[in-house]
Amino acid sequence: MFDVAIIGAGVVGGMIARELSRYQLSVCILDKENDVSMGASRANSAIVHAGFDAKEGSLKARFNVKGATMMPTVCEELGVPYINNGSLVIGFNDEDRKNLNTLLKRGKANGVKELRIVEREELKKMEPNVSNDAICALYAPTGAITCPYELTVAAIGNAMDNGAKLYLNFEVSEIRKTDFGFKIFSKDNAIESRFVVNAAGVYADNIAGMVGDSSFAIHPRRGEYILLDKECGSIVSHTIFRTPSQKGKGILVSPTVDGNLLTGPTAEDIEDKEDRQVTSSGYNSVLRQAQEDVQGIVFQRTITSFCGLRAVGNTGDFIINVPVSGFVNVAGIESPGLSASPAIAEYVAELLQNEGLTLKENHDFNPVRKPFNAFRRASLEEKNAMIQKDKAYGKIVCRCERVTEGEILEALRTNPKARDLDGVKRRTRAQMGRCQGGFCMPYIAEMIAKEQGIPFEQVTKRGGRSYVTVGKTKEDAE
Amino acid sequence: MRELTCIICPIGCSLTVQFKNGCFQSVTGNRCPKGAQYAEDECTHPKRTVTTTVRTENGRVLSVKTDVPIPKEHIFDCMKMINGVKCSLPITVGDVIIENVFGSRVVATQNMQKQGGGQHE
Amino acid sequence: MKELVIIGGGPAGLAAAIAAYENGVRDILILERDKALGGILRQCIHNGFGLHTFGKELTGPEYAWEYIQKVEELGIEYKLNTMVLEVTESKEIVATNEQDGIFMLQAKAVILAMGCRERPRGALSIAGERPAGIYSAGTAQKLVNMMGYLPGREVVILGSGDIGLIMARRMTLEGAKVHAVCELMPYSGGLARNIEQCLNDFDIPLYLSHTVVQINGRERVEGVTVAEVDEARRPIAGTERYFPCDTLLLAVGLIPENELSKTAGVQLDKVTGGAVVDEKRQTNIAGIFACGNVLHVHDLVDYVSDEGAIAGKNAAEYIQNGLKQDMLVELSPGAGVRYTVPQVISKREDVTVYFRVQDVLRNACVQVYHGEEVIYTKKRTKVAPGEMESIVLRKDLLPDSGKLTLKLEVLL
Repeated sequence: MFDVAIIGAGVVGGMIARELSRYQLSVCILDKENDVSMGASRANSAIVHAGFDAKEGSLKARFNVKGATMMPTVCEELGVPYINNGSLVIGFNDEDRKNLNTLLKRGKANGVKELRIVEREELKKMEPNVSNDAICALYAPTGAITCPYELTVAAIGNAMDNGAKLYLNFEVSEIRKTDFGFKIFSKDNAIESRFVVNAAGVYADNIAGMVGDSSFAIHPRRGEYILLDKECGSIVSHTIFRTPSQKGKGILVSPTVDGNLLTGPTAEDIEDKEDRQVTSSGYNSVLRQAQEDVQGIVFQRTITSFCGLRAVGNTGDFIINVPVSGFVNVAGIESPGLSASPAIAEYVAELLQNEGLTLKENHDFNPVRKPFNAFRRASLEEKNAMIQKDKAYGKIVCRCERVTEGEILEALRTNPKARDLDGVKRRTRAQMGRCQGGFCMPYIAEMIAKEQGIPFEQVTKRGGRSYVTVGKTKEDAE
Repeated sequence: MRELTCIICPIGCSLTVQFKNGCFQSVTGNRCPKGAQYAEDECTHPKRTVTTTVRTENGRVLSVKTDVPIPKEHIFDCMKMINGVKCSLPITVGDVIIENVFGSRVVATQNMQKQGGGQHE
Repeated sequence: MKELVIIGGGPAGLAAAIAAYENGVRDILILERDKALGGILRQCIHNGFGLHTFGKELTGPEYAWEYIQKVEELGIEYKLNTMVLEVTESKEIVATNEQDGIFMLQAKAVILAMGCRERPRGALSIAGERPAGIYSAGTAQKLVNMMGYLPGREVVILGSGDIGLIMARRMTLEGAKVHAVCELMPYSGGLARNIEQCLNDFDIPLYLSHTVVQINGRERVEGVTVAEVDEARRPIAGTERYFPCDTLLLAVGLIPENELSKTAGVQLDKVTGGAVVDEKRQTNIAGIFACGNVLHVHDLVDYVSDEGAIAGKNAAEYIQNGLKQDMLVELSPGAGVRYTVPQVISKREDVTVYFRVQDVLRNACVQVYHGEEVIYTKKRTKVAPGEMESIVLRKDLLPDSGKLTLKLEVLL
């Protein structure tokens, strides 16, 4: 029997798990996938928004601004990169200028600090490659970038280090109300919990339906992105948005914390909750818009294109409520969900307390995640000391991103342990560079097999039936 | 008449073969005598060198080849024979793995130690 | 301090090391990132190597073995599992391995021989999901030939370069069914003999002017949609064809791996993706040489070895006497020619110029211009982008200054 079961191992579920592990509670996280961070937290814009976008008085505005101020500390504690690069919303005409002034006013009302409009000359000084047609921009110095999947992995890892349990490949099929709380079933497993948090992303409406709540609906919004080589990463230093208009929010062009250039997303509302196809029309639309906003992006340096699904609710705001006693919905957490997640987590703890959960401080709680990926950020001397202690750090496995065997072993052994190729990729960047795993994938697959004690042919790309190989050659050799 | 692409060397000459009464008569387009021989072989009894791998006692695979070309129609039979074998180690380039496979010997094309990780595997 | 450091222990690096030794250099170190010498040859278990160099047909590992034995015999030093992280303009090298940690080396001369890598899927932006079962042909080759695993049973291959063709046969021999090899261009990028013995022998269809437009399957590939392309290489609506399959192999080109060259400030050629070199294979930085697939992608390893030997010999000359970099004349590609190597030549010796053409042409004429004047002419019955061409320019033909242009003209 758990005190709290959290359905969904995305950034919201992860932040809630971490928040609850501050207290003397038994907490578990359930997810249908083979790894954490497999939904919207895997593929989004990686932006910590300043908070001028959401309407005054909305949950989005409230948690965005608060979450963004919490983010530097959270990232520091979790050892996740956070770069306060600032953001610019560029305008091309008088109508844009009008809209930017509205955003400026809204941002100020939301409590965003240091917001101001910059004119063309200053804008070009800040970002020489921004379009010559841009006449002004809304500058938010507090805007930042982070890595959404590293943050999710780290939050859940930290929660686990503090006692939380993670159940993967646990696709919730039924929730029954019991005398003590809830019994949650998957097709081959079941757990019991006094309280339940529904942080199931695009599936949050389905999960709510299992306890009889049909008050809201979630639909997926496809967003296609293009990721470019590190050679392109410095074409802009700020995150460049375009002014939202009737035609939509438009795409962004931003450096990533790893030094690549990210551009996207498209926005297309769909029905299928698993449809992550990239399309040629999506690719071309991102490419065209990015070229309008920023000059000189070399799209021949594309490393990959990918698609994320954002969970869009039908209320226009985050849906955070208690439809059934002991059951909390945290649904429709679309943008600025990543930025808002630490603040949402605090709020959910309060809601649970109101529902009768006792929050008694856990004195053993350590907010600092065990050092992970320390090698990547170490100095030369520190690196050599690490290699001397463990020679696996001397051996490069991924050439393009220069990831060592030692770092991959860390990813396979540190909570939440990577279980497949994509899991290693998200944690270490191995296979994420120019060659996309062409050289190192077979070697990493071998390491996974060895570490987990499974035959090579059972290693997957990302769980399920995503097997890397179909078997041995010459199976009839005697 | 039959058009062929010579596979003897990377130049890949386009060969034209003339027949008389269904029998090979002459070839044009070849730049060397080997090409003429290839054309005649290809029209009478085509042959191919088979390169593949064989399982070894430690479970790894070792690269091998037939030391001379074998009749083309037996390529898959040859694969079957090689796939049925598990060779013992250590092995050096040139070691014979199987003695008579359609007129060829299957020989190792790489070195392999008993324990993995040898210098020149 | 080392006299000569060679980055990469594949065919180019091995040949360079041997040539440098034979030309008097003793203090040589080869740095190899893999666990054995031989480079990509280790996984190229098919035959067809070495006819030019050894007069006999060898497999990749056998060809490498010939050179490795020589390196051993000469006692040339090498470090395995050693990855070079940085090369500077002053020829300082930073590298890492398990034994030495991250270490620094000063070299008098450096030979870049890092080889190339495959273009990944990302660069193609094929529509669809991101399932397992999509591999570059070289990755599949490693899985099958070195590790003994079958990537899939029902295969479609995109790209008809030699690796694509070789893997079509290899997968077939191991029991997989190759349903199609698709080629975006109207001609194959591979050798004619490989089309013959890798596709035709096994009745594998080759679809020219076709590409993969869609990948189906969420966990593992379930099929691909192939379409014909027009002259601008855009898919033609209505020509789509669906192939159920569990594997898509990509053989869509090779890219010289020049990240290290960039850290050293070596000037690169936009077309080849490799360094700009003179006939000695010296880059714009004195004492830094480049050879093999890191310089430009070759069709035949024999020519890689030749080029390695040129770089090794001249590095030795540089170390012992210094190389004069004078009387240099620029050579640039003109009509019908994609690139030339070298891009700069001197008048000191006869020069073999390697080049690739832009299109398949019959009855073409290779011409070298010095200004308006034609200084060299040679006829070719057939040229193709997939097959590297070469001409020899005798030194007495070469001018003392000015610019040379290599052009291709069609004879009527």
